[in-house]
Amino acid sequence: MARITAGVGCSHVPAIGVAMDTHITDQPYWQPVFAGFEKSREWMKENTPDVIFLVYNDHCTAFDASCIPTFALGCAAEFQPADEGWGPRPVPVVKNHQKLASHIAQSLILDEFDLTIMNEMDVDHGLTVPLSVMFGEHGPDDEWPSLVIPLAVNVVQYPAPTGNRCFNLGKAVRKAIESFDEDLNVMIFGTGGMSHQLQYKRAGLINPEWDKAFLDRLTADPVGLSKTPHVEYLREAGSEGVEMVMWHVMRGALNDEVKEVHRHYHVPASNTAVGHIILENV
Amino acid sequence: MDKDYEDIPGTFVFDADRSREGYHLNQFCISLGKQKGRDAYTADPEAHLAKFPMTEEQKQAVRDQDWNRMLELGGNIYYTAKLAAYHGINFQNLAGLMTGMGVEAYRDMMLHGGRPIEGNRYKKEWGEEE
Ligand SMILES: [Fe+2]
Repeated sequence: MARITAGVGCSHVPAIGVAMDTHITDQPYWQPVFAGFEKSREWMKENTPDVIFLVYNDHCTAFDASCIPTFALGCAAEFQPADEGWGPRPVPVVKNHQKLASHIAQSLILDEFDLTIMNEMDVDHGLTVPLSVMFGEHGPDDEWPSLVIPLAVNVVQYPAPTGNRCFNLGKAVRKAIESFDEDLNVMIFGTGGMSHQLQYKRAGLINPEWDKAFLDRLTADPVGLSKTPHVEYLREAGSEGVEMVMWHVMRGALNDEVKEVHRHYHVPASNTAVGHIILENV
Repeated sequence: MDKDYEDIPGTFVFDADRSREGYHLNQFCISLGKQKGRDAYTADPEAHLAKFPMTEEQKQAVRDQDWNRMLELGGNIYYTAKLAAYHGINFQNLAGLMTGMGVEAYRDMMLHGGRPIEGNRYKKEWGEEE
């Protein structure tokens, strides 16, 4: 039987990918960002999952304004790194566990989550940056150590799905994975955030107290945390901070009791507070 | 519909109304995410702009690289950032321009922990109408 062993929360700032791709991670600006992932990479080596269920958002790359699915599940055999305006990232093609993905699609829809199914999709920094920070540098001719099932969540056009909906989706994802016959170690990633605002006159907003409380409540009060209203993210964590609803999918898929094995928080990476947490099922 | 997020200062929440207003502007911007669109815009900017039925105000904001005006007219940052990238401006430098701080001062603010939340929650704290 497939099972979920751990969850990872992780920012997906595009500039982090650029720093890795241009080999400037040792620069004083970037060094503290990457230092916090050293332990994570060790942990990933010791616990390499067969499959990562990766919750992220597409930044108008696979979906432009003409089509905005709230939840889109990647069911293709593989996903190419996308050209986001400056050429594709030099990272491996992302390979799916296609049988598990289609099983999850079917299970979720029967569980009343009305998914969009993607049989063709390029993936942007939202998906590839978390893989890069967790696995370290991998070039276009390498392979990622794990298969990846992408779930793209709309957080660009308001409203994103509620935190509560995301949390319950996480529970349904778990149910789907646990009803799959193959013996697989699956991890779930929730990505995006933490506090940041990219636009207009309030750009640059960072709220470390709010971010810290969010990380604390992932273990102490996950259900209460998932009820956070959208306006609180927008006001307290910046207009783009609402991405953090995606962390609730990850948390919803884990046990009620989890162990925090690692945490990292740093300001800034470009416009953003970088946040990261590893939670193991106990 | 009551919008509980309209009292946040210096912020546009890209909701369905803004999305409707900015649709063609955003689709123009996203066309520059691909090499084909960038080549077409370089070869003949006005001809490429004319493919998208924007308002004249939206077109002028594009020509002027007036980043805040684009947002005021329904643009969304993830889209306008593609136009900025076309002009060689990354997200951080774009924020430096939109805030009116300039690139250097903005980068310096971020290095010192970013814009604090205190005094930046409500329009009234900015002396603006709600
Ligand atoms: Fe994002």
